[in-house]
Amino acid sequence: MMKSKADEEDYWNSSKFKAFTFDDEDDEFSRLKESKQAVNSIRQLVDDDDDEDDVEKVSWSGEPVGSISWSVKETAASNQRTDREPAFPKITTERPPLNKSQSGLSLSSLFKGGNLTARSLGDTSVRLFAPELRKPKSEYKDFVSDWTPVETVQRLQQGKAVSLEKFRSLQDKLLLLDFAVAAHDGNVITAVTLFTLFTLYGLEVLFRELESRQTALRHFIHYMTETRDQRLLLELLRSGLTWTFNSSSYENKRRDFVKSCLSLPFSPEDSAHVQDHYTLLERQIIIEAADQRAERDGKMEIFQRFPRKAPILNMPLITTLYYCCLYHYNESEGTYSSPLNIRQTFKISEKQYFATVLAARAKLKAWADVDALFTSRNWLGMMKKRSPLSFQRVVDILQKNSAPTQVLQEYVGLVDDAELRISLAQKHKCHDIVINTFRDMKDRQLLMEYRKKVERGSAEEKKIDQLLNNVQIRWKN
Amino acid sequence: MAHGVRRDSPKVPDFSLLKRLARDQLIYLLEQLPGKKDLFIEADLMSPLDRIANVSTLKQHEVDKLYKVENKPIISASDQLCFLIRPRIQTVNKMLICKNKSLIICIFPVQFYACEAVMEEQGIFGDVTTDEWAFYLLPLDDDIISLELPEFFRDNFLAGDQRWVRTAGSALHLLHSLYGPFSKIYGIGRCSKMTYESWRKQVEEGEQRPRQAEIGSVFLIDRDVDFVTPLCSQVVYEGLVDDIFKIKCGCVEFGPDVTSSDKSIKVMLNSQDKVFSEIRNEHFSNVFGFLSQKARNLQTAYDKRQGMDIQQIKVFVSEELKGLKQEHRLLSLHIGASESIMKKKTKQDFQELLKTEHCLLEGFEIRESISFIEEHINRQVSTIESLKLLCLLSVTENGLLPKDYRSLKAQFLQSYGVDHLLTFSNLRQLGLLVEQQPGETLTVMESKVGKLVNDKTAGKLTDAFSSLAKKSNFRALSRKLNLVPKSDEEYDLRVPRDMAYIFSGAYVPLSCKLIEQVLERDGWTGLEEISRLLNGHEFAVIVDSKQENDADRIILVMFLGGCTFSEISALRFLGKEKGCKFIVVTTAITNSSRLLEALMDTPV
Repeated sequence: MMKSKADEEDYWNSSKFKAFTFDDEDDEFSRLKESKQAVNSIRQLVDDDDDEDDVEKVSWSGEPVGSISWSVKETAASNQRTDREPAFPKITTERPPLNKSQSGLSLSSLFKGGNLTARSLGDTSVRLFAPELRKPKSEYKDFVSDWTPVETVQRLQQGKAVSLEKFRSLQDKLLLLDFAVAAHDGNVITAVTLFTLFTLYGLEVLFRELESRQTALRHFIHYMTETRDQRLLLELLRSGLTWTFNSSSYENKRRDFVKSCLSLPFSPEDSAHVQDHYTLLERQIIIEAADQRAERDGKMEIFQRFPRKAPILNMPLITTLYYCCLYHYNESEGTYSSPLNIRQTFKISEKQYFATVLAARAKLKAWADVDALFTSRNWLGMMKKRSPLSFQRVVDILQKNSAPTQVLQEYVGLVDDAELRISLAQKHKCHDIVINTFRDMKDRQLLMEYRKKVERGSAEEKKIDQLLNNVQIRWKN
Repeated sequence: MAHGVRRDSPKVPDFSLLKRLARDQLIYLLEQLPGKKDLFIEADLMSPLDRIANVSTLKQHEVDKLYKVENKPIISASDQLCFLIRPRIQTVNKMLICKNKSLIICIFPVQFYACEAVMEEQGIFGDVTTDEWAFYLLPLDDDIISLELPEFFRDNFLAGDQRWVRTAGSALHLLHSLYGPFSKIYGIGRCSKMTYESWRKQVEEGEQRPRQAEIGSVFLIDRDVDFVTPLCSQVVYEGLVDDIFKIKCGCVEFGPDVTSSDKSIKVMLNSQDKVFSEIRNEHFSNVFGFLSQKARNLQTAYDKRQGMDIQQIKVFVSEELKGLKQEHRLLSLHIGASESIMKKKTKQDFQELLKTEHCLLEGFEIRESISFIEEHINRQVSTIESLKLLCLLSVTENGLLPKDYRSLKAQFLQSYGVDHLLTFSNLRQLGLLVEQQPGETLTVMESKVGKLVNDKTAGKLTDAFSSLAKKSNFRALSRKLNLVPKSDEEYDLRVPRDMAYIFSGAYVPLSCKLIEQVLERDGWTGLEEISRLLNGHEFAVIVDSKQENDADRIILVMFLGGCTFSEISALRFLGKEKGCKFIVVTTAITNSSRLLEALMDTPV
């Protein structure tokens, strides 16, 4: 390490770059100690900025004036004006004693100034310009080649200048990569992967070597995802090395894109989902075109009654089904937009289908349709109400779509569990059900109690009175 | 408040120094570009910046105008521009436009070679000056310090990119140099171990001068050690406020429904707020009672002035009135917030959601829970909630049965869109939502062995087999650590007896329980089984065991990948019980929605 340090100084003194010092590895602690002192000394000077215990002031971020968020908004607004006036009032005269010279004094001792130049003139530029320096070859060699892979990785971690150029053989490159991985510094791993392997070798070599180096591979994939390099990612995907895929290209020509995805190596299950997605998109395009026309021509009255809020393109399947239940409910099964057809094509589960149809028809207050949805005939030809959803949930959905009490009552009555039924009935004011249930329980006390809750002189009150006076009922209490 | 304090809690080190450091560094960066300049700030850096500096600080250093870096081209009339951005390639790409200006780019908190590579590709490398705004630690409160790196979770655990490991190590190093030396370091998780090693190396590279330690022990923990806790709905006040109103950098914006006026108010939520600091750790069911008591006290205090003579009133106005008014204002805000929470949370839906969560934690009525989740998906209610329940089901049950997995996934995609195929793939990769592997060989083995030995041993064998794959093993952990208290006992939330109170007495957070156990045993001895079930990577390093001072009772817990307010509340409770004080350092404050949103991949 000592040797390389000497070299380093040598290099900086001889190179034409603006020199900087590393401050002789001045240890962090003393610097922090210094800064602690410095910070403490400016405490009184800046105290007026941060009375943290004053609540009024602490909320300056919410306070209209003074907060940074506020200022940003202000700039955005003032930007539209043609004459530029400064967004802030000038305050030079009333500036507190903490001015530039003072802060400069205390601050320059606080931080390593080297970082700045090290970064901007760092590794890559050295790599690019080094051959043009026209220095004696031996000298040039001196400062680039003396660092071992371990030292190179360490210098990379510290943000110091290095040259990756000397790692020319594949073996050297891989050795460097393995050291980078061992140092657990993702930043360095990415750097080494990009600057050595990626730039110099074809994809074939790269993929081959990365396959056995999962950590490096994942860094590479992440970099590709971030730079949105679709081509390379697809290449990786085809070679079976990645499972992630950047979705941003969904933006344009979505359908074509999805179609092109059909051939990608998804798992059989997922590829069925992608196929479904494609089918759905095709369908949505057809439905959207037809409905736009119908809406414009004003031929279908439903579009006037319930204007469409947004096009149906790119919506999830269930939203599409809901949409079709709103606007295309009674279509024959042969059309693309018929709910039944959608259910068939996409194998929608019974529960999901029922929940969606119910919500849509309830929204339109088409209570007859709701009724028909649950009615089935058993083999004797008897009408019977049946639902894949619990009737409690049905009531919930109906109530959210503000169904009238008569409708709610019917479904509350179908809830099996007596206790649940009563609590639901009470919640939704289905008096008949409550009264009948108490009658069936032969609970005179509860019935009398309930009489107090119904309106005076209402039909419900009369009914309760009738029951209470009915001598044929054998009350249990 | 209600809990008995065993020992006086030790004094917490002064972390405001960290703010000064960050601010001074910012000033230094601004002074790199002398004269007037415009400052561009990345949108999600505004809140952290707001915490350490304000406009007048910036003005003093000749910042002329402030802009937010957005999805728009950058326009500015100034010749000198300063950018404050995160090291994101998408942001760096925008710098291209400012080619002919004097430009300084300050990267928060470190620059990446990947970004430099992009700048080189764009041909702007060398034309612009980049520097790092090494602002590693933002104290959000007396006992919470954040790295403000929400992307840490996704980058590290999902993408497998270790770019933040060194940053975490440096943050720990900074704390070590200012408040160390640490005497004991414990940890669990792959990332924790790497962070520890990175920190260790930085300590070796530097030089530590002997100083009086202010922090004794350190505990490092990976978020993926415990996914169950952040997935649970929060019911402690601070957590609830975060779930509902979203706390950003210790600051929350209460909308008109809370303030009962037509504008929103931003409020700082920390220990300075006298009302908040008393209710933040309370179970929500206690909050109302507390607030009304407080309101009554306030009334009495106001009433005092009746019957006062002029002199007394003068004293009252000058000494007490301001404090009372402030308390009044805070009280009415928190009452408003509680009302708004009540409105949202007493709905039947939330009760059912909590019930389902508790069933899943307990491993009880799983079929009913699955059909609740199914109906939830069918009705297209909140995507996040559906996903959260699915993940909780998978993590607690060690994966879903293949039949359930396929059917729930298909219904989810139908309800919320096929784009979520990517979300599912991400969740599977993290082990948050997986299909149980058929693993026939295992079951055959198990049943054969099971016939030979008694049930208890067979259970142990099953555990041994299942740990071969990366599994959550929640049931086994819950049994061994007693995470789910017996449900037949009454749990008085007013007088919490353990950390389970933060989840209504239904569950002790795994992360906090681990911390408690390791500290109690001074290492992992006796917890071998547990660490095996957690997929290992545990460590305990005793640097200096003879320390006997207050610092010993200050314990730093570093969450890599985020922690929730509920966990912080649980640790505060634990600290009071044990007579110590926990300082929470986290890469970011998280909750179930932030966790899951970070894993979603929907088209931009």
